[in-house]
Amino acid sequence: MVIGVLALQGAFIEHENMLHTLGVSCIELRNAEDLKKKYDGIILPGGESTVQRKLLYGLGMHSTLQQQIQNGIPVLATCAGMILLASQIEQQDTPCFATIPMTVRRNAYGRQLGSFHTVSTVKHVGTVPMTFIRAPYVTKAEPSVELLASVDDKIVGVQYGRQLAFAFHPELDESTRIHQYFMKLIEERQSQQPV
Amino acid sequence: MKTTERYQLNKELAQMLKGGVIMDVTTPEQARIAEEAGACAVMALERIPADIRAAGGVSRMSDPDMIQGIQDAVSIPVMAKCRIGHFVEAQLLQAIEIDYIDESEVLSPADDVYHIDKRKFDVPFVCGAKDLGEALRRIQEGASMIRTKGEPGTGDIVQAVQHMRRMNSEIAKLSALREDELFEAAKQLQVPFELAAYVKEHQKLPVVNFAAGGVATPADAALMMQLGAEGVFVGSGIFKSGNPAKRASAIVQAVTNYTDASLIAQLSAGLGEAMVGINEQEIALLMAERGK
Repeated sequence: MVIGVLALQGAFIEHENMLHTLGVSCIELRNAEDLKKKYDGIILPGGESTVQRKLLYGLGMHSTLQQQIQNGIPVLATCAGMILLASQIEQQDTPCFATIPMTVRRNAYGRQLGSFHTVSTVKHVGTVPMTFIRAPYVTKAEPSVELLASVDDKIVGVQYGRQLAFAFHPELDESTRIHQYFMKLIEERQSQQPV
Repeated sequence: MKTTERYQLNKELAQMLKGGVIMDVTTPEQARIAEEAGACAVMALERIPADIRAAGGVSRMSDPDMIQGIQDAVSIPVMAKCRIGHFVEAQLLQAIEIDYIDESEVLSPADDVYHIDKRKFDVPFVCGAKDLGEALRRIQEGASMIRTKGEPGTGDIVQAVQHMRRMNSEIAKLSALREDELFEAAKQLQVPFELAAYVKEHQKLPVVNFAAGGVATPADAALMMQLGAEGVFVGSGIFKSGNPAKRASAIVQAVTNYTDASLIAQLSAGLGEAMVGINEQEIALLMAERGK
């Protein structure tokens, strides 16, 4: 199993370290050429979504990645990644990949003073530490989107097909359980596909 | 919230900025251009370093009104500078909910001995460092991000390069020491033993380390990244150049793909005039010597 980690800006090395801990190999996706390589899942890391989005278009990576996600490749998106997947972003005209029918609010907890750490449960995964850094949350989701986690009545984790999106940063804490659940989605897909 | 937890969150915000470019801006309009070009944060200040240098005199924290105007204009993190040791300016910046405070040598120092006790604050601090000892002293005081102290407002990269190389070689040297030699090394560096031990074990600083000072071109930015910077501050380099939007965007892409020479060559083409620049030997005031 190989994971492609979007490595344009933000905390992608933290995801790579977590994958190494789990003994999973990964490659960095930095330009359009990298998208031709073979990988079985995609990680969209935390960072600044405006920067990542700008680079995705500027480097000609957007439509290929969008196509791959629409074709069903499993995705794990954290924080900025969640914003990239949302079909609507509050106070912003155009979404990025728009592959999960939901609306997100950027910087929903305010500025850095609003950042926080908590422990809560994620459906299919269990209780995990959660680190929110200038985080978004989901304000509206279509019924077809499965809600995985809520904190203080705000939706902070969803699954839609094989796309996982979280408002917090599992890559910053020690628990590997969310990444393991992502591996499971990839294995499921592999077992369903003819070799 | 416990201080240690707040510090952890502040270090983690810096992690989110990695691989990004932080740009100096003086107006909401410039802030929007920077955000549009792909800046991962902006530094709000009244005058960019090149103009501070030209104007001379005492340079202070910016007008809170002006900073708030920029906070309202963009959705990315907004940083602002306070004077070295001026903990009241820092209190004011915290009061207006700034995302990051730069305790900066670019402004006139308010204290020639003591830096701010940054552990007393909830908002994060970035501080400049010319070498490993200086970086670890700032971290001990509570800085959650470090940057080089390349000479601001000159467009001359030489000092940022010196600082980054010195930092790397001192980290390598520390890592190669025997365990029992670490006590003496910490004493020589004038830093706590625990921080020296962290650097030896992990072969890196305990916080994110950016390049700052003198970056004027996409190639300058990529040079700093290849030397080990985790991201780049660009001050006067953008809004003192001929085509700020285009140059800003080119620098952002060069930082992401810092080893891709053919891409950086394309990005560097037709950018218009770079900032004029002053050589290290031509300047009377070395700002990097402020605060040790």
